Amino acid sequence: MLAPRFNTRESERARAEPLELSLYSRDAGLANGQAGAVCFPRDASDVAFAVATCKKLGVPFVARGSGTGLAGGATPLDDALVIVTTQMNRVISIDAASRTAWVEPGLLNLDLTRAAQPYGLHYAPDPSSQQACSIGGNVATNAGGPHCLSSGSTTAHVLAVEAVLPNGEVAMLGSTAPDQPGFDLRGIFVGSEGMLGIATKVLVKLVPNPPQIQTMLLDFMSIDEAAATVSAIIAAGIMPAALEMMDSRITAAVEDFVGAGYPRDAAAVLLVEVDGLSGGVDHQASLITEIGRAHGAREVRLARSESERQLLWKGRKSAFGAIARIAPDYYLHDAVVPRSKLVGVLRTIYEIADSHDLTMMNVFHAGDGNLHPLIVFDRRVIGVWERVQAAGTEILERCLAAGGVLSGEHGIGLEKRAMMAQFFSEADLELQARVADALDPHGLANPGKVLPAGFRCGEVGINRTLPEGTWI
Amino acid sequence: MNSRFDPTVESVNASELVDPTGSRTHSGLGRRARDGSIEISAPAGIVSHDPDDLVVTVLAGTKVSEFSDAIGLQKQFVPLDPRSDQATVGGVIASGLSGVRRLGFGPLRDNLLEVRFVTGYGKLVKVGGPTVKNVTGFDIPRLLVGSLGTLGLIVQATFRCRPLPSESRWFTTSSEPGGALQKMFRPTAILSDSRSTYVLLSGEAVDVATSCRLLASCTETADVQLPEGPHRGRMSVAPATLASVEMQLRATKASDLRWLIEWGVGTIHLAADSSTSIALARAIAVDAGGWLLIEDGAEDLDPFGVTIPNLAIMSRLKRAFDPDEKFARGRFG
Repeated sequence: MLAPRFNTRESERARAEPLELSLYSRDAGLANGQAGAVCFPRDASDVAFAVATCKKLGVPFVARGSGTGLAGGATPLDDALVIVTTQMNRVISIDAASRTAWVEPGLLNLDLTRAAQPYGLHYAPDPSSQQACSIGGNVATNAGGPHCLSSGSTTAHVLAVEAVLPNGEVAMLGSTAPDQPGFDLRGIFVGSEGMLGIATKVLVKLVPNPPQIQTMLLDFMSIDEAAATVSAIIAAGIMPAALEMMDSRITAAVEDFVGAGYPRDAAAVLLVEVDGLSGGVDHQASLITEIGRAHGAREVRLARSESERQLLWKGRKSAFGAIARIAPDYYLHDAVVPRSKLVGVLRTIYEIADSHDLTMMNVFHAGDGNLHPLIVFDRRVIGVWERVQAAGTEILERCLAAGGVLSGEHGIGLEKRAMMAQFFSEADLELQARVADALDPHGLANPGKVLPAGFRCGEVGINRTLPEGTWI
Repeated sequence: MNSRFDPTVESVNASELVDPTGSRTHSGLGRRARDGSIEISAPAGIVSHDPDDLVVTVLAGTKVSEFSDAIGLQKQFVPLDPRSDQATVGGVIASGLSGVRRLGFGPLRDNLLEVRFVTGYGKLVKVGGPTVKNVTGFDIPRLLVGSLGTLGLIVQATFRCRPLPSESRWFTTSSEPGGALQKMFRPTAILSDSRSTYVLLSGEAVDVATSCRLLASCTETADVQLPEGPHRGRMSVAPATLASVEMQLRATKASDLRWLIEWGVGTIHLAADSSTSIALARAIAVDAGGWLLIEDGAEDLDPFGVTIPNLAIMSRLKRAFDPDEKFARGRFG
């Protein structure tokens, strides 16, 4: 066993209480893993020590923020040590003039925006889980959200990351000044799902709040019309701040849940937001209205006040809460298709759900083609889980066939690693494995994720547990 | 699909040392590739442009002028903005230099979606994906941006396009650039040289006019040009230090030093008649915690002038892409 460090704190000991192991054995996805131990570092040196200890003992480790990920990216396998960053949740500094902030990885996404609010700034990526998800997790998955349509996903908002690499070294990737000479290591780190290291400090970009915002609700009597409207808005060269679609089932469920004023009888609604200076906002809002009406919109409602706008968004952001009222379980997918293919793809995925006798709903970031087909079910029903999985695979295959990708913002994690070979060739996957092996030659950083089995070096034979009480 | 690239893969496999080459418009960047390197160029041509999806795929040897003209036909653009539009698309990616519209349209790397390239071990690979949002696998396209050809021969790239704004106009103003940045909403560029402040405004005519009214003596002007000269460099400093860096540039005795500052970004484009002046500017950059890359000339100066950070991590990655160090050997030192 390792000798205790000087100045050690109780929080640095690995813990293995059965309740904690069970709590940290999964994220918000459906897969259960097996945690060997859990620890709660308070700073980068704690993280570095935990990683170095794992390296010395040959124990795998998994970084975890709030555990809101849906792809099993933070689900520990093989008795891994779960390194939980929730105690590292400070805003270290805000530089309002440069519109940047240094934050710790456990900081919640919405708390960052709250901290920036006094300066008239906000943090643009806004995943639906923004009240609960952490910046470190956002960095790991290159998280998105409704407003990433115009402003880009997490990677466009991260300027630098201090990270503990799989060998235990602490490195600063990226810089305050633009374009550090050499490779964009910040760029490869963001979205690497904890396989290239653990972020301990993040320099994020903050953006000014827009002077004018117009939020609109368009309702349609058919899903095809709503989807065609989305394609037409993008094809017209309009770049809304957000462009979200909800189908009839989810619209009704949300309306029952929060009473956002959504039309219960619509086949689909679009929630569209345009922002900026008044000329552009008015122009875009009127074009969107025109396009909507030309595609059969029954009503185009413009939010007349900030409270009306907040209510429209509350409906969208409460979608997942509302689903709990329909069935005990749901499986939320994440795939992206070209925006021009939305009508056909949506039609097919409803057919796929029907053919498996499953109830499917859609609430998604339509503007960037980021689908979130959501299958509701009750896992106590015998055979339903197999049908849910089969339908999910068919949906993803259909998205790939339409020129799409496997994930837009949730990541690959455990969930989709087996499907990677349907999007990438063997040579493509070999290169990705070489990248992971280069930074993590022993395969201890979140092993068994993203890449299909058989591509990494040293992925077999990991079977050691970090004993409870180890000083890490 | 792959057959188009077979000759490229074959030439890479047949060569011991390779220096991927475009139009050589940025060849002054970084150290020289080792003598004896065979120059190999990527094929040229537009592969597909899907205006309704705002996505375009282009072969890496295509000149930026040709690329911009082709997508311009559909009233779209990709803000690559190299100094010379004779640069190739692959060359722009490998050199990693964003243009002056970065404040409004983001750095080069944020506009790149998918890349196909030949690795040092002779495999044609795809990284990234063709949609505007994608987290399928590691984000390797970003690693290629600014890699100076050291990770492989880029043969094809997919970018997100943007619709051409209904108006896009340059203005001069007597407003102080730092203040202009705080006052304006999403300006496309705020630049300044030793004489004036320049602002690029894009969008609806009424918004361009509204923004202009926020500025003192706002007057329309011709397109702003990057400073020219036999010795050129690009300084990077934290945006918060720009005002003090500018004061120091003004205080130098180097009367031949010309600059253009990108406010809100932290880039300063520099040109001079003597490399001594570039060296003076470099000292200011380093003092401010930044650096100055040589873009052209100044052969007596080190191309980077600072120790490249994380070289050990870079070389581990380099070996993953190019185990025999075939590509652009020595560009980073």
